Amino acid sequence: MDFSIVWQYLPKLFAGAWVTLWITVISLAIGLAFAIPLALARLSKNPIIYSPAYLFVLYFRGTPLLVQIFLIYYGSGQFRNELTDLGLWGFFRDPWFCGILALVLNTAAYSAEIFRGAISAVPRNDIEAGRACGMSGLLLFRRITLPKAFRIGLPAYGNEVIFLLQATSLVSTITILDLTGISRQLISKTFAVYEFYLTAAAMYLVMTYVLVYLFRVWEKRMSGHLQTRVVTTPR
Amino acid sequence: MLELHGYGWLLFDGLQLTIAVGLCAMVVAVLLGLLGSWGKLADHWLANVVANVYTTVVRGVPELILLLLVYFGAPTLIQSIATSMGYDIRIDINPFIAGTITIGFIYGAFATEVLRGAFQSIPKGQAEAARAIGMHQIMVFRRILLPQAMRFALPGLGNVWMVLIKATALISIIQLDELMRKTKIASNATHEPFTFYLLASFIYLGITLVSMLVQKRAETWANKGVMR
Repeated sequence: MDFSIVWQYLPKLFAGAWVTLWITVISLAIGLAFAIPLALARLSKNPIIYSPAYLFVLYFRGTPLLVQIFLIYYGSGQFRNELTDLGLWGFFRDPWFCGILALVLNTAAYSAEIFRGAISAVPRNDIEAGRACGMSGLLLFRRITLPKAFRIGLPAYGNEVIFLLQATSLVSTITILDLTGISRQLISKTFAVYEFYLTAAAMYLVMTYVLVYLFRVWEKRMSGHLQTRVVTTPR
Repeated sequence: MLELHGYGWLLFDGLQLTIAVGLCAMVVAVLLGLLGSWGKLADHWLANVVANVYTTVVRGVPELILLLLVYFGAPTLIQSIATSMGYDIRIDINPFIAGTITIGFIYGAFATEVLRGAFQSIPKGQAEAARAIGMHQIMVFRRILLPQAMRFALPGLGNVWMVLIKATALISIIQLDELMRKTKIASNATHEPFTFYLLASFIYLGITLVSMLVQKRAETWANKGVMR
């Protein structure tokens, strides 16, 4: 075992870790923007609104992320002419666009399910109290329902963030040089297989537990006064 | 209707292998989960440390990295140790075994947490009562603890299974001819990647839906004797 070779390439690995974090943050931000309307659509009583949202969530939670990535990146090639006509081929040719699109859709589906649960777990009393104060519609949602739901959903959302961080390693299969991609590239150059994979694993481990810690602090800040016991499960 | 150019059977072959790997990996995961939950609940510091390190490390590292580490890293490591001891050997791990073991090893960590919770939710008095009747420790485990823990663990283990079967798609990266890899072969041959990846995704969706149905049935069956 010779880790001195890793030392030499450490800046490259850090660059890869930076790419991993960057993809995670971008996908989370866009995914979250989709997730909340999607959660609301899921809760709607109108079948024309809730059934597409239900099918979207079912599809993206029920199929492997790797298939979703391949479907978008390789699958779009089948419609090259049509996409060129629409002027969209430039996007679908780009692995970054496809990788992030797949991650966004995937995390949007999982987060929508989390927020759906959280929104329906907001106590009725809170909403009634809001109505009694004269709020309704968007104001009620923005001031009462959403903040409360966010607090309820935060532990589960923290889990989702960690899963997404690890799921980004799959974009290395479509040529993106994130931490996993860089490791694979360096291994094919140096043949130091386990040295690089072990280092990459350690870097993921550190990123994961820093995130776990940050979410724990955030949860404490947001619901410390309630002292709820938090139970987390794998998704 | 989808035009498959006669490649439909190829995907069916892949599906069989996917389910085989999935089931074998689930067995490994549950066995490791039992071992791990015992490690977490045992009154022995070393068992506690080992079990905690296991779940902490596995849940903090992506499946892909672990898979590549086992499949490509382990043989190289063993070979370089053998070389340093003066032996010259070559090891190739069978992708089926590497895939099963790795996926089982990863989801064993999740199963550990599920089973730990399940064992903890059995009232302590029950094991004490069984001991008082005169059952041996092993018999207490087999007759009292395990059947109840399995009932409590059923929703969680079902969850683990559904994540696990989706994770088997990763094994295509180590060249095992399961559903994903067969799909790649078919889409390369026909130049219709969208058709085949879409079909593959529907097959995975089908597995998920069937699993959900089975899980619901199993939970109703397991909770038959419980008043609600």
